Formats: sequence, structure tokens, C-alpha cells
Amino acid sequence: MSSVLCPEIPAAGFSFENCRRNALLENKGLTVPKATKTGTTIVGITFKDGVILGADTRATEDTTVADKNCEKIHYLAPNMYCCGAGTAADTEMTTQMISSQLELHRLYTNRIARVATANQMLKQYLFRYQGYIGAALILGGVDVEGPHLYQIYPHGSSDHLPYITMGSGSLAAMSVFESGWRQDLEEEAGIKLVRDAIAAGVFNDLGSGSNIDVCIIRKGAADYKRTYDEANKKGIRQASYRYPRGTTRILSSKVVDVEEVCVQRIEPERMDTA
Amino acid sequence: MSLLMKPHYPDYSSAPVQHQFSPYADNGGSVVAIAGDDFVVLGADTRLSAGFSIYTRNQNKLFPLSKTTVLGCSGCWCDTLTLTRILKSRMQMYQQEHNKTMSTTACAQMLSTLLYYKRFFPYYISNVLVGLDNEGKGCVYSYDPIGHCEKATYRAGGSAGALLQPLLDNQIGQKNMEIVSSEPLSQEKALAILKDVFISAAERDIYTGDSVFINIITKDGIKEETFELRKD
Repeated sequence: MSSVLCPEIPAAGFSFENCRRNALLENKGLTVPKATKTGTTIVGITFKDGVILGADTRATEDTTVADKNCEKIHYLAPNMYCCGAGTAADTEMTTQMISSQLELHRLYTNRIARVATANQMLKQYLFRYQGYIGAALILGGVDVEGPHLYQIYPHGSSDHLPYITMGSGSLAAMSVFESGWRQDLEEEAGIKLVRDAIAAGVFNDLGSGSNIDVCIIRKGAADYKRTYDEANKKGIRQASYRYPRGTTRILSSKVVDVEEVCVQRIEPERMDTA
Repeated sequence: MSLLMKPHYPDYSSAPVQHQFSPYADNGGSVVAIAGDDFVVLGADTRLSAGFSIYTRNQNKLFPLSKTTVLGCSGCWCDTLTLTRILKSRMQMYQQEHNKTMSTTACAQMLSTLLYYKRFFPYYISNVLVGLDNEGKGCVYSYDPIGHCEKATYRAGGSAGALLQPLLDNQIGQKNMEIVSSEPLSQEKALAILKDVFISAAERDIYTGDSVFINIITKDGIKEETFELRKD
């Protein structure tokens, strides 16, 4: 029995109950709504004592910008972050779910989770859905084995590489890495290289834009720099667009007398955690 | 359902794949025109692009046809080049045949005719023609790709046209407002709004950006101006 107040807990996994109906509607000429694709530049490099991840902050819906400052570097674990390109919802939900599983894994094993573990979990999950989960990921982190960087495709294949770019701006960003990346780069030079790679994507790829986010992961510490560089300044308005009072037409008005006002403050109770 | 029925794998279909050649390209770009009593301003962004890449950040999309008439084009760039080449030669032919320059209204009619001539293989361009009429008043003509012509006082066309037109309706057409000013639109105000709408278009349209090339047409001639936009 289920009611509005106490609904039944739905079964785990995706619900496909509308698939048949949607296919029918599509056959009858309904246009299916499109998911937000983040035309993106995301990158990652290994440097002397860790990894650096970078991302732009533009999300697009066809040819219009849907979000001018979105987050594409997702938290996985204290020692791991993951950049996501592709379908916005898929990258967000996939990293969230794996993050939760990694935390449980950490508590169960009482050890810092390895990057290889996260890679295996992500690729197995993506492979199960045969590429229908449109998440192209760059996974970076530092564990007992040292710094690691993985490139994971939506179909579930993965590579372990020293420097990676993904998304629609990947070619522009890779051109910067191919000319500038060296083994055992210093941190400062590494951050600059990542910034330049993302900037190449931001300026030369129309799917990427706005600001540059950077995340530096060293052994024992992660440093997430949101809006590391504001690569594009918004133009300054020439005219004033303030409307004088009374510009909007009042269609109807109604006055209601409030007879009695009662304010009651309820002290929050501590949750019982015993 | 029969057990012998073949399973369907959409990624491994055996049906032959049909490819089709498209004679058109969408090179993006936006055009905005605002007319006043004795002037008209016309602006177009200078980004030329295709898909997710930029061809150039510095492409002028305004074409002066005479001392008082300018055409702004956006859409398929190769069609723009062909159309403007034809227009230029037609302007010269008119000059030599009649020994006078074609008026803005005549230009507007000619453009409509040229576009409709290609009714079933149209020039894929969003055209905005501006100029001063015989009384010296600013006027704007906008077109669809097959030659429908509409006279207006302000117009936004191209990739961000649908984004900007409602803003112009409000700010210049003074639509949906109770308090409307009766004083005529000044050149400074028109220019400021023109620049501001391009700033807004560059924020949300990926095909609009880099800079704006502006023509200000008055009885004293055509003044040119550029204005920088964001480059991402």
C-alpha cells in the first residue's frame, strides 16, 4: 500500500516505464526534448608530485549558452576529482553515485580509495549502459601508488595517460599539451600549462567558454580553485535600462485585511543519533 | 512473436547508409539596424564560424551599395559574396543607364526581386538593408531568404535575431509599457542600444562575438566604427 504521505520506495536503477509510450508519441510526430550537452574543454596532466585538472564553465543547448558558469570538475573522494564532458545530467549523476560508493568503500576498508578502483567502478558502470550514458570523463587523483590520471569514454573504455584532453575543445587543448608538456613538471608551470590549454579551448572552440576552473591534487591535499581565471570579461553597458515606477500596467488590485498575525518560533531539536 | 525474428541492433544495422550533399553552410553572425528621423545605424558582428569552429574574428558583413544605402548580411557566407557581387554590378548598371545613383527604396525593391528570382534554390542569407529615403529619413528593410520585404524602423536578424528582436521591441518600439516617451530617438541613444544588444547577444549566442562593425548613415555620409565584444 502506498499513499501520498508515505510513498513506496522505488526499485533501484533507471525507470524505463515511459519508453514504450515515448516511442509511440515519437512515431505520431512528437519531437523529443534534447538533453543539455556541455560542449566542453576538460583537461588533466600529471606533474612532479600530483595531478592537475582543468575545465571551462560553459554549458550549451544547441547554439545558445545554457549556463555561463557551471562546474565541470566534480568531487569524488578527498584524494580524487573527476572532470566531466558530454550530457550534463549524466556526468553529474554518475560522479555523484561513484563518489558515494567510494566513500562507503573507504569506510569499509579503512583505507584511502585508489584511483584505479574509481576508474574500474566508472568504466564498469558506463559499459553496462552501452554508451547511452553520455559521460566522457577525466579522472585524476593521488593514492599510495602515486599520482594517476585516467581517460574514460562513454562506452566504458579507459586509458591511463600522463596528459589528457576531452570534449569539443580537446583538439585545441591537446595542441597546447603536445608543445608544452614535459615529464616532472613543476607545480607552477603545470598550472600555467593547464590554464593555457583550457584558454585555447575557450577561445577557439565555440562549445567552450567563460571562466577557467583548476584543481590541483597533491599527496594528502586537494586544492580546488573555482574560477582560477576569468578569461572573459562581460562588456560594459552604455545606456541605462531602469524603468520608471508605473511602467507595468496594473490589471487588477485587491486589498485584503490581515486581522491577526501570529509569529511562533520553533526551536530546532537535535537529531537522535544514539 | 516469432523466435526466428532477427534481433534489432541500431548500431549495427545492415541497411545502406545514405549521405546527402548540402549546398548550404551556416556561418552565423547577427545584424541589427535602428533608424531615426535623420539617421540610421547598422551593426554586424565580425565573427565568421561553422559548427564549433571560428573561421575568422574579423569579417566585415556590411556592404555599402551607395552613399546612402548599406546592406547587412548574415547566414551562408558564400551566398552573401555572390549576392553582394550581383548587387554591386546592378548598382553600376543603373548608374550608367540612368546617369544617377539608385535610391534606397529602389535598392530595397531590387533586392527583393533578386532574392525571389532564386525562389527554389534561395540565397541562405538574413538580409537587412538600411539607408536614407528621398526625404532624408532613416529606413530599415528586412528580408526573408526568398524575397519577402518588410519596412521597419528597427530590426535584428541573423543567429541572435530571435534573441534581440523582443529587446528592441521594448527599448525602441516601447512595447508593453505604460509610460512612453514622445521625444524622437537620438543618434546617441540608438548607438548605445545597438552596442548593448550586441553585448547581450555575445553572452548567450555562440555564433555572435569578437567585435561589432557599425555604420552610421546620415546626410553627411557613412561613418564607420568598431566595438569590441567577448571572444569566447
